[in-house]
Amino acid sequence: MIPEIGQFALVLALCLALVQATLPLVGAWRGRPEWMALARPTAAGQFVFVAIAFGILEYAFLTDDFSVEFVAQHSNSALPAFYKFTAAWGGHEGSMLFWITVLAIWTMAVAAFSRSQPEEFVSRVLGVLGIVSAGILAFALLTSNPFLRLLPAVADGNDLNPLLQDPGMIIHPPMLYLGYVGMSVPFAFAVAALLTGRLDKNWAKWTRPWTVAAWVLLTCGITLGSWWSYYELGWGGWWFWDPVENSSFMPWLMATALLHSLAVTERRGIFKSWTVLLAIGAFSLSLLGTFLTRSGVLISVHAFASDPTRGLFILGILGLFCGGALLLYAFRARHLEAEGGFKLMSRESFLMANNILFVIATASVLLGTLGPLIITALGLGTISVGVPWFNIMFLLSMLPLVVLLGVGMHTAWKQMLAGPLLRRLRWPAAIAVVVGVAAPLLAYGATSALTIVAVAAGVWVCASALLDPVRKLVLRTGAPLTRGHLGMCLAHFGVGVFILGATMASAFKLETDVSAKPGDTVKAGGYEFLFRGVHRVQGPNFVADEGEFELRRDGKLVTVLTPQKRVYRVQQNPMTEAAIDTRPTRDVFLALGEPLGNDAWSLRIQVKPMMNFLWFGSAFMALGGILAITDRRYRQLRQKQTAHAEVVGTA
Amino acid sequence: MWRYLRYAVPVAIFVAIGLFFYRGLNLDPNYVPSALVGKPMPKFSLPTLTDPDATVTSDALQGKVALVNVWGTWCVECRHEHGFLVQLAQAGVPIYGLNLRDDRASAMSWLATLGNPYVTSGFDPQGVAAVDWGVTGAPETFLIGRDGNVIFKHISPMTPQVWRRDFLPLIEEQCRAGGCEFLAAAGGR
Amino acid sequence: MSRLLLVGVLWLAGASAALAIDHEIAFSDAAMNERYLNLIREIRCPKCLNESIADSDAPVAADLRREVRRLMGDGKSDGEIKDFLSARYGDFVLYRPRVTETTWALWAGPFVFLVIGGVVFWRIVRSRRGQPLDDEESAA
Repeated sequence: MIPEIGQFALVLALCLALVQATLPLVGAWRGRPEWMALARPTAAGQFVFVAIAFGILEYAFLTDDFSVEFVAQHSNSALPAFYKFTAAWGGHEGSMLFWITVLAIWTMAVAAFSRSQPEEFVSRVLGVLGIVSAGILAFALLTSNPFLRLLPAVADGNDLNPLLQDPGMIIHPPMLYLGYVGMSVPFAFAVAALLTGRLDKNWAKWTRPWTVAAWVLLTCGITLGSWWSYYELGWGGWWFWDPVENSSFMPWLMATALLHSLAVTERRGIFKSWTVLLAIGAFSLSLLGTFLTRSGVLISVHAFASDPTRGLFILGILGLFCGGALLLYAFRARHLEAEGGFKLMSRESFLMANNILFVIATASVLLGTLGPLIITALGLGTISVGVPWFNIMFLLSMLPLVVLLGVGMHTAWKQMLAGPLLRRLRWPAAIAVVVGVAAPLLAYGATSALTIVAVAAGVWVCASALLDPVRKLVLRTGAPLTRGHLGMCLAHFGVGVFILGATMASAFKLETDVSAKPGDTVKAGGYEFLFRGVHRVQGPNFVADEGEFELRRDGKLVTVLTPQKRVYRVQQNPMTEAAIDTRPTRDVFLALGEPLGNDAWSLRIQVKPMMNFLWFGSAFMALGGILAITDRRYRQLRQKQTAHAEVVGTA
Repeated sequence: MWRYLRYAVPVAIFVAIGLFFYRGLNLDPNYVPSALVGKPMPKFSLPTLTDPDATVTSDALQGKVALVNVWGTWCVECRHEHGFLVQLAQAGVPIYGLNLRDDRASAMSWLATLGNPYVTSGFDPQGVAAVDWGVTGAPETFLIGRDGNVIFKHISPMTPQVWRRDFLPLIEEQCRAGGCEFLAAAGGR
Repeated sequence: MSRLLLVGVLWLAGASAALAIDHEIAFSDAAMNERYLNLIREIRCPKCLNESIADSDAPVAADLRREVRRLMGDGKSDGEIKDFLSARYGDFVLYRPRVTETTWALWAGPFVFLVIGGVVFWRIVRSRRGQPLDDEESAA
């Protein structure tokens, strides 16, 4: 009975979404205020019904309702309650409902925080969001209904995939969804601007915090996924250029370009068509990601349903939204052109290079991801494109970008003379060259030129990003630091830290497979691993062989590592839980392999220097974004909104 | 003119990509065609399953149209195709088995219970010959031609539909010069 | 039925999380071992959902790792080993695609993008250089 209510709630949500998608847009076009006024209430109503539906799905999980097919497939009575909750997004149908819920949340946020904007514009924005909601709701109801019944109901479910039974599951998908579904907001703003035919600095000022908010969440989501796979999958890698990973990364690249392009549009009123195109692109790539992970077109261990029928539907949605928006862009973008000059040495010029390089990076990743599909579709054979290709091609555009980043941050708008710029940058440059070159050589000995360049680039970005805060806070010179400015410095500092982490962890990692018997001491990477033995442990829904190792350095005990080899009761597949000792300067990683007989086991040991700089760097990027959103000028905007509302009174 | 045409570039690129996706929906990305098609069959020399002292080599397949079927008792889907393989063998189709990663005793009792469609089976517990044949698992069936080349590889169970649709046309072509006594009994012309 | 198959596929994905650490250690020589670990990362498991033979638990992955060890022990170069594997399993198993008349566009693509990007950048800067430095509109 209750799951049927959930389904009915979705139907009601769809009806409201259809109203939200049509009347406000027509109202804005025809100047009908009563139709435009429908935007907010229908958005609110849709949110309520979607929330009810999602709540009912969670209720079904938490009460072990195995008559619902989706619950039966992804849950089990022995599953800890924590994971019953997260299992709601552990499969295709539930995750689509989650997608819809997140979209409804963003739509509500836009509806709530847009009082100061003209009605015509807001109704267009909500109308576009309504079109997206209606499309995805229709997709869910017609092809991916999470409330379908399984009759007769099974006694117990299939259990959640053991890979997903991890705390990272609680937080990684929600963050990721909030991020790339959040790209629908700048998308809606951009399409609304194209429909209106007008786009000014105010539009950019309004769009920017929404974009940064979604970008922060997407940064966190991708980082958490990477961190989670590092800990959970236990192969010590954190990025595989897998199609599903790329699906989340391409929107991130576009979104990063977008938030930089918005800075120019807000400041100078130029780059309008770039900004609009990037906004459309970021959300289109989000939808593309949804298509790739659910259509079965590409192979990935992350992929959800491999169902061509669903794939066709999503392709249709992609065509409608993305194709429609791009078609609108083709016809309307020319009206956005604006005059505004700048010289070669200017911040605009660097930000234009930034736009271009990010687009190139995105295009490269897209080429690598779709390359095999295109070649097979053309009947030219079957190939694979993997880590070696992606690493080269990504660096091709990104290494120049980070070098330019250090310069562009300090370049004035419109025009800057080379002299003062070089003078300002001499310290960061000197530090980058000296530390970047000397440190790895001294610490690790001879290494490749690429590694040295990458380390130097990372130090360069860090030093350049810290220049303004150091000048202001320590030397007490220079312009006052707004939160926006500080946020930018922190985020860029994060980029530098990330680069250092990624470079050091891969260039100087030590990896070895060894065998050991209890009582043996294995030496690797400057550490000693004393194998104390293996014993059985019981988990809530698994049984494991747990190894005990003393990690020592120069004889002194650092910690005890307990890697496990688990077998989950229901699914019966062996899972490795690696033991990782995390310190700021390095990770030590130990995993159990196979029992070799005579109590001996094969082991994999990795020592990765600066591994955690990857996570720190990402955290700094996200924090920088958060700082930027909380800048005073947005609070002023809200104060103006409140004042405006008070003056206007009840509408 | 170009000034305005450039705004149409994104949508043009999108349409092109969209067409590839549409095509891609009808393709199976897991289908990897064999790299051996059109090439001479890989040489092998394996002990037979039934008699460890006897050997079966690729020479046994030279000069005739034959099937090589990869199987194992651990393979659930092999059981599904086994009945049809026995039928084909009764019709006279020469089928050679490659017993992969298996235990001799269980494999022999499996054949004893379910029937033995194979002229003989090579015993490959380590998958050494399997690597030479580009085998990824079981069941897989190769069609070997008169000239000793690999004509076709089919992954997943052999069914009458697969036999009629994929194998028979190729076999008929191979047998144009005659010499395939099994052809009529196996459903061909 | 297809749903169950699908769920089954996802289970297999879970299985692959058990590390592909072999029964014997590859090489006692550290440099050979490192070369081995790097090489097996570049070979794709022909039956898995996008994993290298280094990460996959599938039997065929173990067989291929064994072959790589054997060939390395015979003194073959990385290129020869990759040729050996792709002759049997196709170019599908190479994560670093070969440069052939089919794939040259794939390898050239990003470089072409860079060139196009450079041209676009130059044209934009050139046109903006000539425009007045004041903004034409301040709001609305």
